[in-house]
Amino acid sequence: MTATIAAGPAVGPAAAARRVSVTRGYRFELVKLVSQWRIRLLVLACWIAPALFVAAVSRQSTLPVDTLFGRWMHATGWAGPLVMLGFAGTWALPLLTSLVAGDVFASEDRLGTWRHLLVAVRSPRRIFAAKALGSLTVILLLVAGLVCSSAVGGVVAVGDQPLVGLDGHLLTPGDAAGKVLLAWACALAPTLALAGIGLLGSVLLGRSPMGLLLPALVALGMQVAQMMPLPVAVRLALPGYAFISWNGLFTGPAQLGPLLIGIVGSLVWAVTATALAYVLFLRRDFTDLSYEGSARRAVTAGVLPLIGLMAAGVAVVAAATGATGSGIEQDKVQRSLATEFAHLYRMQTEQLNRPAVTEAQLKSTATCTKGSVRVAAEGPGNDWRCVVSWHLPGVEAAGTAIYQLDVTADGRFVADGDGPKEVNGYFLVRTPAGDAPNPLWQFDGNVELLPTPKG
Amino acid sequence: MDTLLAVRARGITKCFGDVVALDGIDLDVAQGQIHGLVGPNGAGKTTLLGLLLGLAVADSGRLEILGTPVGRALAAPDGVAGFVDGPGLYPSLTARQNLAALAALRGHDAQAAGVDDVLGQVGLTEVADDRARGFSLGMRQRLGLAAALLTKPRLLVLDEPSNGLDPAGKKHVHGVLTRLAADGTSVVLSSHRMDDLEALCSEVTIIATGRVVFSGPLTKLAAENRELDYRLRTSDPGAARRLAAGTAGIQVVDHAGARHDADVLVVRALVPACDELVVRLVHAGIAVRELTPVVSPLEAAFLALTEQQETDR
Repeated sequence: MTATIAAGPAVGPAAAARRVSVTRGYRFELVKLVSQWRIRLLVLACWIAPALFVAAVSRQSTLPVDTLFGRWMHATGWAGPLVMLGFAGTWALPLLTSLVAGDVFASEDRLGTWRHLLVAVRSPRRIFAAKALGSLTVILLLVAGLVCSSAVGGVVAVGDQPLVGLDGHLLTPGDAAGKVLLAWACALAPTLALAGIGLLGSVLLGRSPMGLLLPALVALGMQVAQMMPLPVAVRLALPGYAFISWNGLFTGPAQLGPLLIGIVGSLVWAVTATALAYVLFLRRDFTDLSYEGSARRAVTAGVLPLIGLMAAGVAVVAAATGATGSGIEQDKVQRSLATEFAHLYRMQTEQLNRPAVTEAQLKSTATCTKGSVRVAAEGPGNDWRCVVSWHLPGVEAAGTAIYQLDVTADGRFVADGDGPKEVNGYFLVRTPAGDAPNPLWQFDGNVELLPTPKG
Repeated sequence: MDTLLAVRARGITKCFGDVVALDGIDLDVAQGQIHGLVGPNGAGKTTLLGLLLGLAVADSGRLEILGTPVGRALAAPDGVAGFVDGPGLYPSLTARQNLAALAALRGHDAQAAGVDDVLGQVGLTEVADDRARGFSLGMRQRLGLAAALLTKPRLLVLDEPSNGLDPAGKKHVHGVLTRLAADGTSVVLSSHRMDDLEALCSEVTIIATGRVVFSGPLTKLAAENRELDYRLRTSDPGAARRLAAGTAGIQVVDHAGARHDADVLVVRALVPACDELVVRLVHAGIAVRELTPVVSPLEAAFLALTEQQETDR
């Protein structure tokens, strides 16, 4: 039986839906985020722990030489924030984005508050915008903490000294500070890409913990990929490449090509993943309280479009740069090593109180082979062997020094001096002021992976 | 009767894939009325409440809320508040912070929005600064109601608001809802607790398998003649039993399934036959100490109507 009361005029006046502005929704999201102990602890940790870490490590006798700039932590406070950046790009930033962006939608699923929120805000679009902006704000706050804290820790513990760049040239403290900030700013792009992926996972997978873990898993996958001998175009198209390509800021001239490609690629990933999350969020059925995502939907609406984006990125990078192979070629390795040797030789000359020379006077060159001489000298590996030659003014004979190079697939290399002892065979040099670290003994360098003009 | 309507639904249908959640639902809720929504699990109550709150959009039919036709967007008109499937609260915030954050969404500060006032109305003043994480289900329900009251709604939609409430909490909630209705706010209330519905609602709608099987005043429901089981406690149970057995329209039920007391008789009858039995008991000098339905008329009607619906399927 269907019975109704007498139908009459409806209650007036007409009451249209009055939506809550994005600004108010954003404040609401911030209140919720900041009220969580987990977020408070993260903020505290990011603003305190890096300073303590950098200060403590800088005072140790053993330095983290495996991390870029780690070997300079005794020499300048500006190496600390760069070591922290290397660590953050590998672990901290993916985990932070997981915990913030990867949870910002899923937390409403866990708490069962979607309906409440939708009734209060009355616009899924604005809810999405507020949540995305709220999580972005917290992520920026955490990143700001990492950079400020590690810089303060380094400068206070070691001092505001010049920094040795990845081609051996000295950066004044002011330049070093500027480049440190710029490097961290560049790392924001892949952080945003991970945040976008976190939002997508959070929307797609609901209460499932996979949503929370997605940015960390993607970052782990990218790290594994960067260790593989992939073609350059694939490497540069990965959304996390800017976590590596900031290295290019510390060479002269700066290796801007890979850096810009990495940043643009990361931003495209960030926008695409966020847009996908937005579309999927608007299509969501909010009446289903037990929503835990759907594996099929996650694949078709989340994974496949991103695979498509990756393929398109590879194609665009390959077409635009003409880059093929590993990008690590004999000529580039030789030039990088020779240039860096010249800069560091000047530094050693100064340490030893010898007559000053310039890079132009040294005319340093390097001859490198890799493994067996029958094998083409290209690609990553720890079997690169180089002989560096240089000239001193007024000396007819050329000096030579041997290096073993370990070149990784991302273009970074560690040069290990093999003698002669008085040039690069021993970790200390005897200066008028006493023993000091030998800058030519071991050093980090960087090979640009994109094609470069020969010369 | 010319009644102002807070909700007018006609032929509302909503499907989830192959599942028909609502099948041509009609519903009218008058201004200032507390309207009960009853139905077995899966009947479509939550879906209907979700439509009223703007959480979902009907596939077909016409829905007007507070005089405004509801469009395709997921948004309830202004003046609608409430919750379905329990209130949404943020456990890391205190009760006051939960409400203040909601007030801020509307551009008000906590004081101007009357946060303390609504906390007082639902009896949570003493725990206003405690985090919602530690709240019992009943306290959460009351805080959810306070959150809804904060918007000064003209239509309040509540799903099982009495869940987990102790008698004092229930009294608070009933008081609030009654005052709201007296002030002109319409309340749509879903509950499995028939005593709540009977205490609060002037009208009910019974839904089964997505269809309305009854809608109207409770008095009309009671008037739909059905035999009910009554507990009859008298001063002389033996004589009362003999008298009941000899009264037309009265059936003595020996195994009613209810708690058995030696001085209690369970009889099954229509209301007129029950009246006749009382008259005869009094004439016979037997004191009637208790005469109550074993199950409430609403519950009996609910069971009868929904079971009938199942049988028809």
